[in-house]
Amino acid sequence: MVNLTINNKKVQVPEETTIFEAAKANNILIPHFCYMEGVHQIGSCRICVVEVEGAKTLQASCVTPVRENMVVKTNSTRVRKARKNIYELILSDHPKNCLGCSRNQNCEFQELGELIQVDEFRFEGKKSKEFIDESSASIVRDTSKCILCRRCVTACNEIQGVGILNAQLRGFDTIIGPAEDLLLGNSSCTNCGQCIIVCPVGALKEKDAIKEVWSNLLDPEKIVIVQTAPAIRAALGEEFGCEPGTLVTGKMVTAMKDMGFNYVFDTNFAADLTIMEEGSEFLERVKGFFSNQKEVKLPMITSCSPGWIKYVEHHYPDTLEHLSTCKSPHMMLGALSKTYFAEKMKIDPKKIFVVSVMPCTAKKYEITRPEMEHKGLRNVDAVLTTRELAKMIKDAGIYFQNLRDSAFDDPLGISTGAADIFGTTGGVMEAAIRTVYEIVTGRELPFEQLHVKPLAGLERIKTAELEIDKPMQEYQFLKGVKIKVAVTSGLKGAAMLLNEVEKGKSEYHFIEVMGCPGGCISGGGQPRPVNNEIRKKRMEAIYKEDEGKKLRKSHENPDIQKLYKEFLGKPLGHKSHELLHTHYTKRNKY
Amino acid sequence: MSVNLNDARCKELNEEEKYKLLNQVISEYNQDENNLIQILHMTQAIFSYIPLEVQKYIAKKMNMPLSKVSGVVTFYSFFSTRPKGEYMVHVCLGTACYVRGGKKIMDKLKEMLGVDVGETTRDRKFTLEVMRCIGACGLAPAVTINEKVYKQVNPNKLQKIIGEYQ
Repeated sequence: MVNLTINNKKVQVPEETTIFEAAKANNILIPHFCYMEGVHQIGSCRICVVEVEGAKTLQASCVTPVRENMVVKTNSTRVRKARKNIYELILSDHPKNCLGCSRNQNCEFQELGELIQVDEFRFEGKKSKEFIDESSASIVRDTSKCILCRRCVTACNEIQGVGILNAQLRGFDTIIGPAEDLLLGNSSCTNCGQCIIVCPVGALKEKDAIKEVWSNLLDPEKIVIVQTAPAIRAALGEEFGCEPGTLVTGKMVTAMKDMGFNYVFDTNFAADLTIMEEGSEFLERVKGFFSNQKEVKLPMITSCSPGWIKYVEHHYPDTLEHLSTCKSPHMMLGALSKTYFAEKMKIDPKKIFVVSVMPCTAKKYEITRPEMEHKGLRNVDAVLTTRELAKMIKDAGIYFQNLRDSAFDDPLGISTGAADIFGTTGGVMEAAIRTVYEIVTGRELPFEQLHVKPLAGLERIKTAELEIDKPMQEYQFLKGVKIKVAVTSGLKGAAMLLNEVEKGKSEYHFIEVMGCPGGCISGGGQPRPVNNEIRKKRMEAIYKEDEGKKLRKSHENPDIQKLYKEFLGKPLGHKSHELLHTHYTKRNKY
Repeated sequence: MSVNLNDARCKELNEEEKYKLLNQVISEYNQDENNLIQILHMTQAIFSYIPLEVQKYIAKKMNMPLSKVSGVVTFYSFFSTRPKGEYMVHVCLGTACYVRGGKKIMDKLKEMLGVDVGETTRDRKFTLEVMRCIGACGLAPAVTINEKVYKQVNPNKLQKIIGEYQ
C-alpha cells in the first residue's frame, strides 16, 4: 500500500494506482475528458492535471502513478486556472453550433464545461480541420468536431484489433482517420461503431436514417413495417432516464404504433427462424463430417453480426465457407415481410417500406449489400439505431415513461426465450443448442433453466463441450460424440479463433461470433455510455426476458411452425434458400 | 545490412525489382513493427516516395494496420507520399530572402513550372519546395536546385537557370 495526501486528506491506496484512481477511491472527482475507465488512459487532453508537490509542472493524474508520501492538490488556484485554460484552448478549435449537433445535451465536452464552469471564450483561433467524411453507409466522421482524444483509436486498434482509425499528419494538422486520403467507405472498416460508442463529442456518429423513415411514415401510399432487435428492449429505456437493465418491450411497441408504423414486428421472430435454419445447416454439416459422406467445413460459424462478416471477408477471405449461409435475422424478417406477409395480406410488396431498429451501425451497411434483395426489392429499406429510435420517439411528442404496454403484431411478432438471448454474447449458441440437442436426442437440454452457463458472461473466449448420449435413430452417428463449441464477442477474440480455423487447427464444431464486446447489447448503435457494469445489467435484462417466456425453444414457436407449413416448406428448402440464405464476398485486407 | 541501396538509387529499377528489394528490406528488419521507421527510410530510397499502394504493401507484409503505417509516413516531413522530381527546386523564404523578393521568385517558378508548392511537374523533372533559411542570407534571395545554390536570383534569371536542367 502507498500513503499519500490528496487535498490535505491522508489516504492509502494499493501500489500501481494512478493519482486519478486514488482520488476517485476517496471520493474526490478530478475533472477529466479523454480518460475512459479500463479502456483509455493516455493523458492526451491534459484536463485532469493536478499539482504534485516537488514536481515542476502539473501532472496528468490519469497516467501518473502514486508514490509514497506524495502530496497532491487537485483544486489549487494553479490547477483550476490551468484546467480552464486547457478547456478553452480545446474549445477554440471546436465548432460552437451545439444546437445543430447530434450530441447536444448528451455531450461529454458540454458536461465538462458545466462542471468546471467555463463562462467565457477567451481564445478565438484558427480552425484546424473541417472535413466531413460521409462515404460510409454506417458511420459519419466530422473532423471539425474531433478533439483528438484518441479514444476511438483505442477502441478500433486495441479493443477491436481492426486498426482503421489512427492519427494522421502532425501538430495542428493532425486528423484521426484511415490512411491519408482514404475514406472510411473505401477502407476495410467493419462498421461496428465501437468508435461511436466511445467518442465524447459528435465527431463520430451513425449515418442518419431518421429523415428517410419520417418521410416514409408520412407517405399515405406506404405500408411501413418496423421490427426491433432483441437488444433494443434492454437498452432503449436508458435514453428516457431509466436505469440500465430496464426492460421496456411493451412501451417500445406502443411508442412505435403511436408514431404511425403500420405493423410492429419482432426481429426475435426471425431469430427463432434463424435457429431453425442455422441449426439444420449445422446438423447437415455435422452429418457430412461424422459420416464422412462429403467434404464439409467445420467449425461452422454464426453469421448474424454484419460487422463480423465484413471483418472476416477482409481479413480471412479463405475461411468464408465456414460461415453459416443464414442471413442475419432482420434481413430474414425483411424478406418475409415483402413475400409471405404481403401475400397473406394481399399488399403490393412495392408499397412496403421495412425499417429495422438495430443496436448496430453495421446493419446500415448490411442492407446496402447487393445480394440483400428479392425480385428487385430490398429486403430492408432503412436501419435506425436504438439512439435514433429514441430521438424519433421524443420528436413525435410521446411521453415514453407513461406509455401502456402493447404486444407485437401477428404473424411475425411471436418469439420464444431462445430468440431473446440473441442480443447477448453466448445467446445465439445457447439458443441453437437448446433446439439442436432436442432434435438429436429427442430430450430437452438437461441444464438448469436451459442455460449453457459456461457460454455466458463477458470473458473474451468461452467454450463448452456437450456429449451426445442416446441419440435418436437418425443421429446414431453422433453417439458418444463430444460437440465442442466456442463463443467470442469483439473482433480481437474472433481473430484468435479464426487464426486456428485458417490453419485447419480449430478443435471446435460450432463457433459464435458477435462483432462487439459483450454482443449486441453494447453494439455501436446503443445508448451511451457503455461499460462492463452497464453491459452486465443489459445482459441480465435479456436473460430475464427469456426466463419470463412460456416458450423457451425456437422450434416451439407456433408461428414459426405455421410459416413452414404455409409458406417455406422445410428448413433449408427451396424457398428458404431464395429468401433466407446468402453468400459472401472475398475482399482485400487494405 | 546486405541490401545494397546504392543499387536502388543509381539504377533504374522496374517496379518488380523495387518490390523485390523492399521485400528484402522488410525481412532484414524481421517484419518488426519497431523497425518501421528504418524500413520506411529504405522504402523511400527505393521508390523515391511512399505512395499509398506501397504503404498497403508494407502494412500487409508486416501485419499491421495501414492507418498506422500511414500515420508514421505522414507524421515525419522527411517522408513523402507524392513523387519527387529529378531536380528539387527549393526557394528560400527565410526573412532575408523574403524581403529581397523570394516570393516573386516563387510566383514566377510556379508559373514557369505549372505546379504549386510541394508538387512535381508532369514529366517528373522538377519538384518545387519552400525552405526557410539556408544560412546564406548574404546571397539573398537564394534558390537551390539539388545541391547547387544560386545567389541573388531575380525572376529574369530563372529561365536561364531552369534551362540548364531541361
